[in-house]
Amino acid sequence: MTQTIARRFQISTLAAHLVLIGFTLLALAPTLLVVMNSFKPRKEIFGAPLALPSFETITLIGYDTVLKRGDILHYFQNSLIVTVCALFFIILFGAMAAFALSEYRFPGNRLIGLFLVMGIMVPIRLGTVGILKMMVSLGLANTLFALILVYTAQGLPMAVFVMSEFMRQVSDDLKNAARVDGLSEYTILFRLVLPVVRPAIATIAVFTMVPIWNDLWFPLVLAPGESTRTMTLGAQSFIGQFITDWNAVLAALTLAIVPMLILYLMFSRQLIRGITAGAVK
Amino acid sequence: MATSAQRKPIRWHIGVLLAPAILIYTVIMLLPVFDSLRLSLYGKGPDGEAVFVGLANYTTLLTDSYWQGPFWNALWNNTLFFIIHMLVQNPIGILLAALLSLGKLPGREFYRTALFLPTMLSFVIVGFVWKLILSPAWGVSKTLLGSVGLGSWFGPWLGQPDTALVTLALISVWQFIGLPMMLIYAAMIAIPDELLEAASCDGVTGITQFFKIKLPLIWPSIGVVSILTFVGNFNAFDLIYVSQGALAGPNFSTDILGTLLYRTFFGNQLQSGDPFMGATIAGAMFLIILGGVCVYLYGVQRRLAYYQM
Repeated sequence: MTQTIARRFQISTLAAHLVLIGFTLLALAPTLLVVMNSFKPRKEIFGAPLALPSFETITLIGYDTVLKRGDILHYFQNSLIVTVCALFFIILFGAMAAFALSEYRFPGNRLIGLFLVMGIMVPIRLGTVGILKMMVSLGLANTLFALILVYTAQGLPMAVFVMSEFMRQVSDDLKNAARVDGLSEYTILFRLVLPVVRPAIATIAVFTMVPIWNDLWFPLVLAPGESTRTMTLGAQSFIGQFITDWNAVLAALTLAIVPMLILYLMFSRQLIRGITAGAVK
Repeated sequence: MATSAQRKPIRWHIGVLLAPAILIYTVIMLLPVFDSLRLSLYGKGPDGEAVFVGLANYTTLLTDSYWQGPFWNALWNNTLFFIIHMLVQNPIGILLAALLSLGKLPGREFYRTALFLPTMLSFVIVGFVWKLILSPAWGVSKTLLGSVGLGSWFGPWLGQPDTALVTLALISVWQFIGLPMMLIYAAMIAIPDELLEAASCDGVTGITQFFKIKLPLIWPSIGVVSILTFVGNFNAFDLIYVSQGALAGPNFSTDILGTLLYRTFFGNQLQSGDPFMGATIAGAMFLIILGGVCVYLYGVQRRLAYYQM
């Protein structure tokens, strides 16, 4: 009796592993294929696309072509500036608003909360026409600042929602003790409450960072100029130029994948914990 | 206690704390969205100035022979795009989540990390990677299919009008499978062990346990995943733009509302840009998304049973 249960358990575990391995291969193979082939000479890319690059024929000719253009680093820098600045403002302003809404009772509190959180459901892209008009009239078209502003606005509703949920759980005793000691409300927020809601900040950072880094729409519409191109837009136009040079296309793709891959492997633990809201066993 | 005579001083800090968020959110996000909606009620006058035309643009979009074809085509394609996500992405996501939450499955963390990886890649990378892989010029897919004896199945899927949209939807499913998987996985591991043990003691195990115990408890998460999928799909643009271009070829067979909006507003090889009709399409998208969210909030969410665990 116990033996059959144990065997059934093993079989079902085996089946689970088989299914998971299948999907894992499917998830990883396309990326691997591109990275692998970027190191092969053209003949092998077509002749033996599934083979690992061999030591005798390994080549960096594609990377040579791509890096000679030298813009990739510049695009990378633009993306980094936009993502980091937007993230900073989202967390700063989001925390301030969330603290005001969760800490104090004042007329209109619920209404303002609803007003801000409503934005989660309104896709900012639909305002593109208006945003472009405004940025042009403010002289901000083709600047990184325009992108930072848009991404900040886009990220705020979610940030306010998540952080006010977390801030409600911070003990009142702690804050009241600080008030008795004469600390200002601002000091209480930045010195006391913010460190306690670090998990919320991590969740927001993860959720807002990836879409900002990967966005193609707003860089294309608001900042398509050469000097403000982000990595995503840069890669898009870049690959388009080399479409017949397979070595260069594969190398450019690999260069675009690797930074994200490294970041992901470094932070995947926090990221998954963020998504599952700390419920990971 | 505070009486009316001892009114609290005005708490300036509340305003200071709220101001930046409200200001940026209102000016950069809400006003432009409303401005776009307002613009959809205007048209170009004889001297190029904007004149109020009421709902005429919407009538044009739905009935004019020049506009209605592309609009209904994009709307239908978008709906199909969404249906494929609901039928493929979410069931597979639930399956993977269920497998990952099985007892103490060794290697769980590895699977989780690997399966979520494509979600982190940008559309540009995903679009090009799949374009290369499916390209008949490279022939990787043909070799792969050939190795399992299905070589004859291969076709230039992204280049044929009747297969391109489905192929793109499946590529998008491939990219985003990690999200439903994670959200549902989180809901599943939140189910108390005692509940599952009690079920096992009563002989409810395996697949029966999944359908009788776990599934009813994760319906709210499936609801959230569905509405996120809906909003995401009706906003989609990047993948199509990257792999098929703004003209959403072949022959507009992959045109969805996002690409139609882009083409209409900015113009392309075939037509010059039209901000008024662009705003009208954005307005239509807004109404569709709003409608979907309302259906979810009032039609679906209220009927879901929430269990306290």
